[in-house]
Amino acid sequence: MANTIPNRQVICDTLLELAKEDRDIMVLASDSRGSAAMAPFAKAYPEQFVEVGIAEQNIVGISAGLAHSGKKPFVTSPACFLSMRSIEQIKVDVAYSATNVKLVGISGGVSYGALGMSHHSVQDLAVSRAIPGLAVILPADRHETKRMTEALVKHEGGAYIRIGRNPVEDVYENDDYEFVIGKAVTLREGGDLTIIAAGETVRVALDAHDALKEAGVSCRVINMHTIKPLDEEAVIRAAAETGHIITVEEHSIHGGLGAAVAEVVVQHKPVPMRILGIPDEPAIAGKSAEVFDHYGISAGNIKKIALDLLGR
Amino acid sequence: METTALKAKAAQIRMDLLKMIHGAKTGHTGGSLSNTDILTALYYRVMKIDPANPKWDGRDRFIASKGHSVESLWCILGDLGFFPKEELKTFSQFGTRLIGHPNNKVPGIEMNTGALGHGLAIGVGMALAAKRDGRDYRVFCLMGDGEQAEGSVWEAAMAGPHYKLDNLVAIIDRNRLQISGSTEEVMGLEPLEEKWAAFGWHVVSIDGNDMEQLVRTFEAAPSIPGKPTLVMANTVKGKGVSFAENVAHWHHHVPNEEQLALALAELSAAIESYEQEGLVR
Repeated sequence: MANTIPNRQVICDTLLELAKEDRDIMVLASDSRGSAAMAPFAKAYPEQFVEVGIAEQNIVGISAGLAHSGKKPFVTSPACFLSMRSIEQIKVDVAYSATNVKLVGISGGVSYGALGMSHHSVQDLAVSRAIPGLAVILPADRHETKRMTEALVKHEGGAYIRIGRNPVEDVYENDDYEFVIGKAVTLREGGDLTIIAAGETVRVALDAHDALKEAGVSCRVINMHTIKPLDEEAVIRAAAETGHIITVEEHSIHGGLGAAVAEVVVQHKPVPMRILGIPDEPAIAGKSAEVFDHYGISAGNIKKIALDLLGR
Repeated sequence: METTALKAKAAQIRMDLLKMIHGAKTGHTGGSLSNTDILTALYYRVMKIDPANPKWDGRDRFIASKGHSVESLWCILGDLGFFPKEELKTFSQFGTRLIGHPNNKVPGIEMNTGALGHGLAIGVGMALAAKRDGRDYRVFCLMGDGEQAEGSVWEAAMAGPHYKLDNLVAIIDRNRLQISGSTEEVMGLEPLEEKWAAFGWHVVSIDGNDMEQLVRTFEAAPSIPGKPTLVMANTVKGKGVSFAENVAHWHHHVPNEEQLALALAELSAAIESYEQEGLVR
């Protein structure tokens, strides 16, 4: 049966559970408690919830002040605004001042598909990746989101997390595994090529794996849930062992997952690579699935690219 | 420290910062001179701090949102022993901790600033944490007047009264000059006090170079429970050095040998007169 629980709800549920024991956990919202699915947290722990109003610079500054005072703030705000409108506060107040702030960008990528470029968040990985010391994480499904949230509560330091709006099909069978920030997960083994994906494209990569299997291609699938610090060792091993890499991301082809992987590949083990994502244009409007399809972020297209890359 | 001694201390800090800027051949002279009295009142009289234990839980917090006038703050922290005073000689030199903006690798600095319009939101977060935890420390945040043009200042200005943060004291160093000229020519701010009052702050307007008024105002805050306090500290840019007072050019002009000697002579004379005043009392 298809999953009906969005990742934002999983974050709320997990924080609700952890906040019972940890009174320092705080959730902040920018008139976004509904869209972040944080209304239950606001209700259960009003003393651990802060409403800031529509003010993304302010929400990051206030969080830095709270973190400075020993709190563990989780900022929940639309990814498109949180990652870019307040990027200077993220650079100075979070990264430079080394405050323990978790920035949760909700409805990221093209989740707000029909709302247009202002609401698409397909530059967030590029900008957040350039901030020193900031972890950048995209969980693949609800199970990973739960484990990630638990790990983030324990993690000391700033992090930017991007999640989508709608429920995503499961990638993992259950949550019985250890989520380690910066440690990629090999979901399928294979020797001919590797598909590296993150967030909601992991499911697409798994489907591509199955399609390629039918075509006789042995394909490795890596869930690179942490874009930074990137699991370089997993990338180098994939390049060495499979000789070809395709990256798939819900992000501009500039500066995101593909770029991060390519930086490692060209410097350590150059192999043919393809970077699949949103081209350098204002992305087309539509439902997520329609936008993905338009830009070929689909199992069928990945199969085509893979066969071309392999010269078959 | 008594008021007369505070005045003498402020003059000494001005001498220290001028020597430091002269030695480094760089620095924000004008704004540091204008805010020296404010910082002296806070650090030598008003704030609960412990230089031997900079991270003491119960300390009052200070955020230099106008981070570019850090010179007076470096001299004060060095003078109070947060770090060896000798280190002031490294100001702005390669690899130093004492850079041209607050740096929290230095004991006594809470947060890194330098990008304008950030400090007050951080102060709101600190003050809110104190409220939620039932702690009684206060948070002081010093802003520039030119800084008021940053929209983020007003986001934080809205949040302070919303959360009834009467443990938050925002200070505007109202010296009326910014790098390109007068604040009213660059981007008109007036009526600035009315704006803050309209946002729900208890606004107190004082002579920000008058030690008695500074001490009285800071010690009284919050005078209205449930309201954060905005201290409009009307100051003189370049205060204490005759030729630098009210001259926009001194925003980050460095004194030459002759100017330094003249400034130090003026400030020494001021210290002498304060000492006399102290004796008379």
